[in-house]
Amino acid sequence: MQVTINGETRVARQGDSVETLLQSVGLVPQKVAVERNGEIVPRSRYAITMLADGDRLEVVQFVGGG
Amino acid sequence: MTEKKEELDPLIVAGRAFRSRLIIGTGKYKSYAENAAALEASGAEMVTVAVRRVNLTNPDAPRLADFIDPQKTLYLPNTAGCFTAEEALRTLRLAREAGGWDLVKLEVLADQKTLYPDMEETLKALKVLIKEGFQVMVYCSDDPVYARKLEDAGAAAIMPLGSLIGSGLGVQNPVNIRLIVEQARTPVIVDAGVGAPSDAAIAMELGCDGVLMNTAIAEAKDPVRMARAMKHAVIAGREGYLAGRMPKKRYADPSSPLAGLI
Repeated sequence: MQVTINGETRVARQGDSVETLLQSVGLVPQKVAVERNGEIVPRSRYAITMLADGDRLEVVQFVGGG
Repeated sequence: MTEKKEELDPLIVAGRAFRSRLIIGTGKYKSYAENAAALEASGAEMVTVAVRRVNLTNPDAPRLADFIDPQKTLYLPNTAGCFTAEEALRTLRLAREAGGWDLVKLEVLADQKTLYPDMEETLKALKVLIKEGFQVMVYCSDDPVYARKLEDAGAAAIMPLGSLIGSGLGVQNPVNIRLIVEQARTPVIVDAGVGAPSDAAIAMELGCDGVLMNTAIAEAKDPVRMARAMKHAVIAGREGYLAGRMPKKRYADPSSPLAGLI
């Protein structure tokens, strides 16, 4: 199945969680925040939130800014 | 000695006490390392940060948190770059999840040319954020009426612009800033427009509770030195305000006694 993460299409497997996906792209789950189809995914739920085909994820972090 | 005095006069925002009345941004620096050095020199205990997509092609790129420890310096997530209430809300909800705290800075901008705050959208976003339990410091115009509305809606701090973001034009409307200060029950922090240390001192002499700046330090020839200068300017302005300046007079008034002249 396909999911979109920060505008990029990625292939995910059935049963993959948000946590699995974050790890597969080299991110440390504790250091980012995730929005899935417009809804915040609490960090405590990364491992139990399963991805579905067509999911749109935004993964953000703090960067320098004014 | 000085430190003792400062400790007696903390900036209190949303129940948190800060020894420093200077807040600095973390944008536009040549590197995060330079940013961290400037922060150290400024004495600031709070920095604004932006919320952005992680870089998927290079997840190992340098991270702000590797240089400025969020355990030691309070990260104030900001909605810079948001032009609608909806965008700002989305950003701050993510920020709360990323950081795990409720204190945030709201700014909703009107247009790219001036980055002037859109007060209607700002107030709309503020009301939703308050309902959702956020503590919100609010970037706003120097309109005393809107400042009051923000305060009534529950803002944790009112942050009127001195002049346009990144302009370095200083406090352009000291009369309005003073009006806002006089009526405020929450901290007033001049945000945007500071270019030189004297601008920061003027804001503080007007009775503001703090100053937030980014470009004035980041785009100085020597940002670390400017950060130190700003630290002193904010302290000087605050002390000057508390000391109470002399009245202005139209004519000379000699400092030496007239009696006993030879």
